[in-house]
Amino acid sequence: MNSFTLTQATAADEAVRDLTSHDGAAYLGGGTNLVDLMKYNLERPTHLTSLGLLPLTDITSLPDGGLRLGALATNADTAWHPEVEKRYPLLSQTILAGATPQLRNVATNGGNLNQRTRCYYFYDLATPCNKREPGTGCSALTGPNRVCGVLGTSESCIATQPSDMCVALAALEAVVRVQGPDGERTIQFDDYHRLPGDHPEKDNTLKPGELVVSIDLPEEGYADHFTYLKLRDRSSYAFALVSVAVGLKMSGNTIEKARFALGGVAHKPWRDQEAEKMLEGQTASPDLFRQVAAKVFAEAKGYGEGSLHNSFKIELGKRAIVRALKQATEMSQVVNPNVFLNSNP
Amino acid sequence: MSLQFIQEPLDKATPHVVPAQAVTLNVNGEDHTIQIAPWTSLLDALREYMDLTGTKKGCDHGQCGACTVLVDGKRINSCLALATVYQGKKIQTIEGLGTEDNLSPLQQAFVDHDAFQCGYCTPGQICSAQGLINEGRCKTEDEVREHMSGNLCRCGAYTNILSAVMEVLHDGDVVVDNGVLITVPVASTKASSVE
Repeated sequence: MNSFTLTQATAADEAVRDLTSHDGAAYLGGGTNLVDLMKYNLERPTHLTSLGLLPLTDITSLPDGGLRLGALATNADTAWHPEVEKRYPLLSQTILAGATPQLRNVATNGGNLNQRTRCYYFYDLATPCNKREPGTGCSALTGPNRVCGVLGTSESCIATQPSDMCVALAALEAVVRVQGPDGERTIQFDDYHRLPGDHPEKDNTLKPGELVVSIDLPEEGYADHFTYLKLRDRSSYAFALVSVAVGLKMSGNTIEKARFALGGVAHKPWRDQEAEKMLEGQTASPDLFRQVAAKVFAEAKGYGEGSLHNSFKIELGKRAIVRALKQATEMSQVVNPNVFLNSNP
Repeated sequence: MSLQFIQEPLDKATPHVVPAQAVTLNVNGEDHTIQIAPWTSLLDALREYMDLTGTKKGCDHGQCGACTVLVDGKRINSCLALATVYQGKKIQTIEGLGTEDNLSPLQQAFVDHDAFQCGYCTPGQICSAQGLINEGRCKTEDEVREHMSGNLCRCGAYTNILSAVMEVLHDGDVVVDNGVLITVPVASTKASSVE
């Protein structure tokens, strides 16, 4: 790890000032991703602005009926908060499907949004990676890329955003509140993470110095019809190969409103609003779900066959959507089906 | 050229050195003041500066759980924690859970159930299990397995680790002691169901 100085800020504006007054500075939340990346010499900040003392750990109801998640509330405290469990069980379940209890006890909500990809080549300093070192190339295009994306990829990068929590936040249409040198602004969740394009080094649309202060959930939490289906190489403590978060409003067997997002397939939690519209006003049926799944993956691109490469994610993703929609309509919750997806042929 | 080099200000000619700072950590109920750099992990602070070597360094990347300690009653990976920002918190390590003469219920259960082979992961397993019990969320074996997934055991002693945790989970009662959640046995009867 490189040497660095560290300041413990006590207020958001103080943190922004501290960060912007140091070249090469980074915000330190729980540190579960940043400190790890620093140990790999992937991140080399010369100064850390620690956020641990900021009063942003509360989870509070909003006047419009929504819920505000403090950026520095831990993932565990969020998942087990009574209001989250009652009104947003999809979010609770999704957070608990990720990482380990030790990590969830420290990892913050803001940090969850800003965690970096787990693409093998991003972590391997001996290989080219446009996300780590722009202009060097993408090793994942032709190398083993089982964990990489099949939707919204570019020739520069096929890495995926690894968060579970963010998949639920996309489906719930959360709003991210940020504070920066020019004051506060809000970012719709769909606009928070970006596609790689020619600049895969940029994961999100934050401007320099901006700090996430809260994540605001709208009133609708889909507590009656939801599911998070996570498919991975082992049944615990593994990132998703494909995951699907679904929230539905149902009237009898008719879907009145549908929101869903996918994890493990793209550089951001993947939402397809046209596919969501295909469900609305329709009677839930396996045929409908298959049509929706086909629409979502119509323009998907795999990067090689076999278990080391990721083309399998296209069929897996379609089936995951069908299954997740079925689970959400029937409320037959199986978060983590006991399916062993063998990585060796 | 060499003259020019010598005339360079020292702070430009040498790597930037950050001085060690005095940091006070409350570990197992006792304040320890140590001189550390900002990048010193809580794990290194415990092991290298306080001689509390019960907490183990396994992967040093938050993947194996050998470094698990309790902070304000909650389990965390001490390898990913920068010690400086843990001032003012109550840190509990395996040394603070029990002593050789007075084992904690979990330590006794690990002995009774032979829940280890090499023992390297054991302090982390026990601290993690204590955190699990403090959380009060798990009842079944499947739930305990899932919520112990952050602790790896290369010897594969999982079966006996599970039975040790299950025994204390069912015998124990969670109480708050001096701001830290701990588990006490319902009765002080020792485990008689040695398997």
